[in-house]
Amino acid sequence: MGGSQARPEQNQYQDLVHKTGFSLEQIKNLHKRFRQLSENEETIRENLESVVSLANNPIKKQIIEAFFDKRNQGQDEAGSSQEIGFEQFLKVMAHFRPPTLKTSPEEREAMRKEKLRFLFNMHDTDSDGTITLAEYRTVVEELLSRSGTMGQEAARAIADAAMLEVASTNVPHMAPDDFYEGITFEHFEQILKGLEMESRMHIRFLDVDTTTMRCGKSTS
Amino acid sequence: MDWTFSKHSDFLLVVCTVLCLLHAGGGEVPPRPTRGVTVLPPVEPDGPHAYPEPEKDSLPVFTMDYPRIQIPFEITLWVLLASFAKIGFHVYNKMTIWVPESCLLISIGLIVGAIMHSVNEEPPAVLTSNVFFLYMLPPIVLDSGYFMPTRPFFENMGTVLWFAVVGTLWNSIGIGMSLFAICQIEAFGVQDINLQENLLFAAIISAVDPVAVLSVFEDVSVNEQLYIVVFGECLFNDAVTVVLYNMFNFVAEMPVVEPVDVFLGVARFFIVGLGGMGFGVLFGIVAAFTTRFTSKVREIEPLFIFMYSYLAYLVAELFAISSIMAIVTCALTMKYYVEENVSQRSCTTIRHVVKMLGSISETLIFFFLGVVAITTEHEWNWGYILFTLLFAFLWRGLGVLVLTQIINPFRTIPFNLKDQFGLAYGGLRGAISFALAFTLPDNIGRKQLFVTATIVIIIFTVFLQGISIRPLIEFINVRRTNRNLETINVEVHCRLMEHTIAGIEDLCGQWSHFYWKDKFMKFNNRILRRILIRDNRAESSIVALYKKLELQNAMEILDTVSGDISPAPSIASLHEEKKGLVKPKKKFLAAELRNMHDILAKNMYKIRQQTVSYTSKHALPNDSRTKEILIRRHSSVRRSLRPGSFQNTVAPKSQKYFSLPAGRSLDSNFPPLRRSDTDDHETTSEVSFPARRSRFTASTRTSSRAAVPLRRLDTLEEVPRVSMLHESPARRGGHVIPDSHSSSGERRLPAARHRPDPSANDEDNFTAPPVWAAEAGDNTTRNPLLRRPQWNVKKV
Repeated sequence: MGGSQARPEQNQYQDLVHKTGFSLEQIKNLHKRFRQLSENEETIRENLESVVSLANNPIKKQIIEAFFDKRNQGQDEAGSSQEIGFEQFLKVMAHFRPPTLKTSPEEREAMRKEKLRFLFNMHDTDSDGTITLAEYRTVVEELLSRSGTMGQEAARAIADAAMLEVASTNVPHMAPDDFYEGITFEHFEQILKGLEMESRMHIRFLDVDTTTMRCGKSTS
Repeated sequence: MDWTFSKHSDFLLVVCTVLCLLHAGGGEVPPRPTRGVTVLPPVEPDGPHAYPEPEKDSLPVFTMDYPRIQIPFEITLWVLLASFAKIGFHVYNKMTIWVPESCLLISIGLIVGAIMHSVNEEPPAVLTSNVFFLYMLPPIVLDSGYFMPTRPFFENMGTVLWFAVVGTLWNSIGIGMSLFAICQIEAFGVQDINLQENLLFAAIISAVDPVAVLSVFEDVSVNEQLYIVVFGECLFNDAVTVVLYNMFNFVAEMPVVEPVDVFLGVARFFIVGLGGMGFGVLFGIVAAFTTRFTSKVREIEPLFIFMYSYLAYLVAELFAISSIMAIVTCALTMKYYVEENVSQRSCTTIRHVVKMLGSISETLIFFFLGVVAITTEHEWNWGYILFTLLFAFLWRGLGVLVLTQIINPFRTIPFNLKDQFGLAYGGLRGAISFALAFTLPDNIGRKQLFVTATIVIIIFTVFLQGISIRPLIEFINVRRTNRNLETINVEVHCRLMEHTIAGIEDLCGQWSHFYWKDKFMKFNNRILRRILIRDNRAESSIVALYKKLELQNAMEILDTVSGDISPAPSIASLHEEKKGLVKPKKKFLAAELRNMHDILAKNMYKIRQQTVSYTSKHALPNDSRTKEILIRRHSSVRRSLRPGSFQNTVAPKSQKYFSLPAGRSLDSNFPPLRRSDTDDHETTSEVSFPARRSRFTASTRTSSRAAVPLRRLDTLEEVPRVSMLHESPARRGGHVIPDSHSSSGERRLPAARHRPDPSANDEDNFTAPPVWAAEAGDNTTRNPLLRRPQWNVKKV
């Protein structure tokens, strides 16, 4: 970054600080990382697939998809983009900010809802607002696909049981002919009500630049 | 309740008096009388002198030899007395809510001590510091270490160590210095205590005690981080305490302290701390490795656990390094691997015995604390003691404040002020300080004063803080963690989140402890598990939880309908059922769904891996009742699978589908017969439980990481039969758990029962898994969930 470029980028960063809540340092680091991933282009398309250490992740597809998902951008659009720029990248990352001491309870609540929303979007691949049995199954199958010991039927059974759980918790008085279409966001919130998301779904975004602290390779 | 109290206290009084008399009577061990009738142990010490009879005329019909059994007898009586006290507390329920047991035990000890004192009796000579450190402390620490929730611990390890090490140092030095300053004031008359002695005393009383803290905190449900930090701190500050104690002890005799001594002290600290952990890990790994080969000697499996941990403790004591850390790390290391290797019974036994020993030791310790508090010589000094109290509080509070400020930026979830208050207020001192005070060398002039001050602090913190912490925490509304989330959804989503975070971290190129955890898990799976675990089949925790829930569901149902047992199925009836498999599903009532909901809602399992953070101090982490049901059901289930082999057990015609009581209402109005019509391919039978109820008392272990829950219900003769059920699945596609199996589950179940082939008389074969196999083997249409019209199967 030459000096001449510093000012417009500073403004841009300030903007992003407002929008995403990251600090300036964190944004700079993430931008470096973004450039690394995108090979110095402006947008990322398939580059995320090439991240090596993601290969072992059972839900790699969903994670990558989450970046391109428009619903995670804070607007109400559905569908997924073909490519994302740095701002979209940041917005997705912003879901994982941990609360600080200064976060008020309302903000905490909002953050929690945001995180739940992120998870919900990961499930709901067809963007219809509910998680159907099939979609849930897919997720469970993927999760279990790495443990290597369970077959598809087992994963299905588990997904079914989980759906039943949701149904019975949320709609305890279903008539025999009722059809439980899928988990809506409210139900989703309900079943995960007591779960402490703060300790589980956060990333400590470092202020120090770690990308250069690795041993030189530009892999991840 | 009054009369029960007086009844108890009378009884206690009687026991105490007897003890005192016996003790007095057995004061000297007389020469063993060879012949002749010895009299009852008399009150005067001279009683049981026996001189050989001048002549023996007849065979003595009745002899008594008390001194021979004296020591074990008295120990047993003391333990019984303390245990009765424990029983007595729960007579009045409200009391245990407000007053932690440690307080009650100390009170009883005080009373007994007062009695003994008034009879001019000495406390049992067995209460020496050796006995305390070698016999009474290890079980408690093992208990704490074994049931320590590992995941939160490792996530907060930095904070824990920070508070344990730096916090204890801060406290000791702070209190020591301030007390030394106080000593300079002439009015208190303690000027002869020099700096080293003050520091030594401060080191003793700054150690937060796990026994006291846990007995208080376990009822007060604070948030997970706070709990684990307090918990971890009291376990791990032992290293610092040991070093400081030894160092100051050594230095107390020296007139001048040199900087090189301080440096040596630091070096010693590292040796003590790291050496303790190293020994612990070493013994833990050896223990895990040993249990890999114990499949043929199941009865003594628990022994290895205890022996190895005790060895770790003793070896650490041998080298004067931190034995508490050794035993804690040993328990932490070996628990994970051992619980996968041993049988379920052994696992339950281990847990139960660990809890029991810990409980006994804790009871005894507090009890004796009370006794000795009265009977020992005291030296009272108002100024010194009061200032000790003051400084103990002050420095702890300050320490927590300062240390939290420093470490909060490094924490993801920082401690707010309320957490800090909980942290500071929860610093109770207990028996370790007490024992350390007792072991002070006698050349310290003011030893009695120190002992008195220690006792005062302990009693003060345990009583005052122990009783008031609960209402205070509720009043200031410290953040709580909901412990009861054991549903499939939660589990699935926890895993989902973990993977997501790991993935995102990879994407943004930043490491945190998820990364390390991931790396460690990979290392674990690739190397450690291969070496240390006999049956290296990893199982997802989601799956394990699911299985557990399913089984418990089934057990609950079977339990509640145990009255409606119909005769054992014959082969013919099973055939019929098979035909019935293709019948369309009946519609289900909302009531059934409600019942299912009830089942799911009230079954809170604790996954072994992510053990509930706070296990109750006085209860096993597992719900033993449910497990017992589970075991019983299991055996019955297995028995039922041997057609014709039981005349006295009955099994209904219907084979219940274990998973989610497909339509089975919990009302026992539904006769079993109907079930067979409506529920296709139920896999297990309901058996007459009352017949078998008494057989199994061991509980299953809750297993998440283990290959299969209830896998090794290796009982006796049913095993060959069980194998038949899972043999066919095995034939069809391998065991459910390890292999990915093909579907065609429907054929599995009834066919399985038809095949009485006793192949593979393998003890370790699945018992519950047959059930599991069945349900897992279902393809879509078979799945009860989908059979219901509610689940309109969208996809095939």
